[in-house]
Amino acid sequence: METIIILHIILVFMIIGSLITVEIRNMLSAVISVGAVGFALSLAFLFLDAPDIAITQVIVEILSLVILIRATIKVDNVAIEKREHILSDRTALIFVGMILVFAWFAFQSLPTFGEPSMRVSQYYLMNGLREVGATNFVTSVILDYRAYDTLGEAMVLFTSISGAFVILRRWKKEQDKDFLRIDREH
Amino acid sequence: MDKHTGMTPIVKMITEVLCGLMLVFGAFIVLYGHITPGGGFPGGVMIALVYILITLAYGRVIVERKVSGIIASVVDDIGALIFWSVGMIGLFVGGSYLFNFLGKGSPFHILSAGTIIINNIAITLKVGMCLYAIFLALAILQRVVIDEPKEEEE
Amino acid sequence: MTLYFLDFVLFAIGIYALVAKRHIVKKILGVAIMEYSVNLFLILIGFKKAGVAPILTKDMDLVTFIKTAVDPLPQALVLTSIVIGLGTLALMVSIAIRLYERYGTFDMHEINRLRG
Repeated sequence: METIIILHIILVFMIIGSLITVEIRNMLSAVISVGAVGFALSLAFLFLDAPDIAITQVIVEILSLVILIRATIKVDNVAIEKREHILSDRTALIFVGMILVFAWFAFQSLPTFGEPSMRVSQYYLMNGLREVGATNFVTSVILDYRAYDTLGEAMVLFTSISGAFVILRRWKKEQDKDFLRIDREH
Repeated sequence: MDKHTGMTPIVKMITEVLCGLMLVFGAFIVLYGHITPGGGFPGGVMIALVYILITLAYGRVIVERKVSGIIASVVDDIGALIFWSVGMIGLFVGGSYLFNFLGKGSPFHILSAGTIIINNIAITLKVGMCLYAIFLALAILQRVVIDEPKEEEE
Repeated sequence: MTLYFLDFVLFAIGIYALVAKRHIVKKILGVAIMEYSVNLFLILIGFKKAGVAPILTKDMDLVTFIKTAVDPLPQALVLTSIVIGLGTLALMVSIAIRLYERYGTFDMHEINRLRG
């Protein structure tokens, strides 16, 4: 019972943090408050009995904060004063409200909180120790039962990183500043 | 050169002390990933964070003498190749791709669970070096933007 | 049930930031908030009351462990999705930096007006 109350508190904190992120003027403060939301999320994972994901979320959050601060620091640091068209603002709010109303009906058909329907996972839990031998069942799902998924997701990571490289690549006169040639340069 | 020598001596000293500990902890997370919480993904990001910390503290030029971008991409490809070849060996030995062809061992020991430990190391190399390479590219771009903002206009 | 709803409020805030804000970095932060919300939703579905983490320790009985462990499958999927979210975040940030370098602004309307 205490776990559920703590989860409510953490979720309210996350909602407040993301509202600050959306509405604050200074971009550096926005980035830092989204970092606070991420750390609160890792705390929530810890209370939901998922220590693997809590570790991953903390470490990934640090790295994404570094990347986002790298992007926003030293360029113009203030949000844009002018707003979107007033119509688009209100349309977005109406749209979001409709989504929330329909989501409330959709949640009625989900399994109740705290009683998951574990049809596939029951097999993994029963046979995991005998068939794989790993005592961390999350790892045995990632790298044995569903290793093909992991291979595909590694490819997705590779694709996004190569897309970033293509975008960041220097052309023509800037080519000699490319980091692939830095060894010859220095 | 003097612009890129990094932060103050305090930060450099703390980095010197912390880096070894962080590398050891990352290796622990990876190697014990099938017994305790952890695994290839968080361990890889942590090893990338070590190099990013060195980059932030000492500057880009110093760290690129140790691990340059080209070494990072080669190590990344080696990780992908290890994962792929484990899958192919499984295909030839056991009849299905990514078959767990090594012995299961006894539980709660580091040498158990067959190919999981090899795959963990492969994923570590892949994720860590990918993220380190993207950070290097972003750092270089940032420098160019600050130093010569007018050069992009044609 | 209220936990699901609060989680969905978080998702709606992300959608609002994505649709109604003009700053590119605000849009990126909106996508990041949506990603947090979806990851948390998947883990909430797999949670079991008075459960234990799906990691076996030496002093634990296997039969009671199978009865009380939480669902390991969503945890495995979310674990990879978090790292992939970092990759896509890096991609979006590099696109934003490239746009700033080209046009000198982060304002989407300004960019559309200049070349669009």
